[in-house]
Amino acid sequence: MLILTRKKGESIILNGYIEVKIMEIEDGKVSIGIEAPRDVDIFRKELYDSIQEENVKAAKQEIDINEVNQLLKESK
Amino acid sequence: MKLNTKNFGEIDICEEKIISFPEGIPGFEYEKEFVIINNEDEQSPFHWLQSVNNPELAFVIIDPFVIFSDYTIDLPKTVQDKLNIKDEKDVAVYSIVVVPKDVKKMTANLLGPIIINVKERLGKQVILDDTRYTTKHYIFPQGEENRGE
Repeated sequence: MLILTRKKGESIILNGYIEVKIMEIEDGKVSIGIEAPRDVDIFRKELYDSIQEENVKAAKQEIDINEVNQLLKESK
Repeated sequence: MKLNTKNFGEIDICEEKIISFPEGIPGFEYEKEFVIINNEDEQSPFHWLQSVNNPELAFVIIDPFVIFSDYTIDLPKTVQDKLNIKDEKDVAVYSIVVVPKDVKKMTANLLGPIIINVKERLGKQVILDDTRYTTKHYIFPQGEENRGE
């Protein structure tokens, strides 16, 4: 991992068109401003991870859909 | 064309049914093409999202609106642009389902719906910025064990 040291108000540029700026540093928290084209998806990593984790779980399972259908009919 | 699937062996599909996911989906970023295999039982909200290139990869998906009648999605403009969505009518929404050992505890991911522009055959798993939803919503009512007995 590349590690750079930045002060408040300083930025880094990714690929020439994405700017990541340190806005505020306070009590162990950092506010980050990101300037990127609209088609760049930006997420808090834990959110992305939760979606990823759920997808991996969903891909692993073996399901008998008939059983599920039956349950669904019974629950209505 | 012939397609090898996880649940149905080799099936015949029309190439026009292939949906392109330019970004893959989280966890499977290299899977760029899927088809939806509809349930033969027309009453069933469950379908499959099958990878075209990886026969072993298939997700069970549901039409979320059948189960969660008050589910609403505010589709960000950026997503609309990415998927070339011009008309709401062209949009199909599915949720990926996770089934634990106890089938009654199966959940749907309402936070990360699969959004498809049916007309353009373009899809994406969208991560919503909406605190009402999580990755796990129970499909069956939970509660007393003996309910309905």
